Amino acid sequence: MHDLLIAPFVEFGFLRRALVGCLALSVSAPVLGVFLVLRRMSLTADVLAHGAMPGVALAFLLAGFSAPALWFGGLVAGLLVAVGAGALSRATGGREDATLAALYLLALGAGVAIISIGGGGGVDLAHILFGSVLGVDDPALLLMAGVATLTLAVLALGWRPLVLECFDPSFAAAVGARGGAWHLVFQALVVLNVISAFQALGTLMAVGLMMLPAIASRHWARQVSGMAYAAVGIAVLASVTGLLVSYHVDVPTGPAIVLIAGGIWAVSVLVGPVDGLAHRLLRRRHLAG
Amino acid sequence: MTSTRNPAGIRLVDLTLTHGRRPAVHHVSGHFAPGSLTAVVGPNGAGKTTLLRALAGLHKPESGTIAQDGTARIALLPQLAALDRAFPIACLDVVMQGLWPRLGAFRAASTQDRARATQALAAVGLDGFEKRPVGSLSAGQTQRLLFARLLVQDADILLLDEPFNAVDARTSADLLRLVREWHGQGRTVVAVLHDLDLVAREFPETLLIARDAIAWGPTAQALTAGNRLKARMMAEAWSDEAEVCDRAA
Repeated sequence: MHDLLIAPFVEFGFLRRALVGCLALSVSAPVLGVFLVLRRMSLTADVLAHGAMPGVALAFLLAGFSAPALWFGGLVAGLLVAVGAGALSRATGGREDATLAALYLLALGAGVAIISIGGGGGVDLAHILFGSVLGVDDPALLLMAGVATLTLAVLALGWRPLVLECFDPSFAAAVGARGGAWHLVFQALVVLNVISAFQALGTLMAVGLMMLPAIASRHWARQVSGMAYAAVGIAVLASVTGLLVSYHVDVPTGPAIVLIAGGIWAVSVLVGPVDGLAHRLLRRRHLAG
Repeated sequence: MTSTRNPAGIRLVDLTLTHGRRPAVHHVSGHFAPGSLTAVVGPNGAGKTTLLRALAGLHKPESGTIAQDGTARIALLPQLAALDRAFPIACLDVVMQGLWPRLGAFRAASTQDRARATQALAAVGLDGFEKRPVGSLSAGQTQRLLFARLLVQDADILLLDEPFNAVDARTSADLLRLVREWHGQGRTVVAVLHDLDLVAREFPETLLIARDAIAWGPTAQALTAGNRLKARMMAEAWSDEAEVCDRAA
């Protein structure tokens, strides 16, 4: 048991770093995911992760393999896609999801074009996009912890307006809750969380740790706050288990963690106390009142 | 739950509200007197909801002005359809949202605030619903819940958008009783309604609107057969040949 669960972390420094990084990510990203689900924006995180690509590629082309440069490039590109889509759809009256799709396809095309101009980018860039547990160095760990701390602080301050803006936007506007401004801050946090997961999980897999626990949490709680706690719990479980699986079975970390999170989601759908399928199959008799 | 009233009205001067370049409310002038109880009636697409949203500060006038007497607190009851009723939130938390004007985003609610919210739930006939998720409520119960939030909000001017739609007779009677109470307390109430019998029975003032104000005044004088016919004649379709409006601003 000790060999299976504890020893890998005791023995290998890089695994310990990855564990700390993933746990930091697990307390912040899934909470954002819960709000994305509630706003019917489940696919937005994915779009933002792809949208960050040309920024990363351009930074790679200009600055080489320098982590801060890559983060900065990804952050700027991701924010441009997120904020640009919101602003453009408000100004032109279009649907935000449609504008978002247009911008992200554009960004993806630009990203691939820039990478091919730069000579393919090589293994390092693949690591950035798909993640490698060996990539979690000190700056990456600091970034992950910093982003998680910032995210939790902002969520604590903005909880009330964020909930109000999701539930009843016109009431929020009528009482001057600045829902729109909080939504922008919220989107910035989503981009930051995706970027900070670059090294450990890769941008694309980071979205999995943000969304899968959030989607599963619906089957464990009936209120937003309960869903947030459930999502964090699921993410922590998926991170620890995923890292161990990745070590023992020799699968990359990102997919391992995402697959475990996906498995927990499947279990939640089946036996979760809220709207789980098992409850339907039990066909218990109805109550008297 | 009643603080000292600050009787407040709203004056419209040559108000025009547009969606794009198309007018939804066209050169309307008049006064919602302090403490008045006014029904806003008119055909679909007549600009009623747009007017209410503008009164609440949510829609910027294209031209003309909306002026409040003093600094009144305004509360808006949006149409039920504007709400995300699948959102996972408990009834008591929805009612507590009415405290926003006092607490804002950051201040904590006191035990008194909580008690006030619980009282408001009881006042709309939803005692025992504190922990129920909103998604489990019927349309009528949801409307009762939103009235509880209005009670907690304790505003001077109340704007109600189709408050009795999709609501059964008993619920609308209960909610109407609250509206009468608000009127009795000297609050200014403006309600968008479709049931003209109800308007004739309960609302002293009426604004009959079909983009232009057809009539605005005591209900009996506003809702004459002639005026109602005029409102019904409003062309709902846009004219592609519509020219630029040259009415003096």
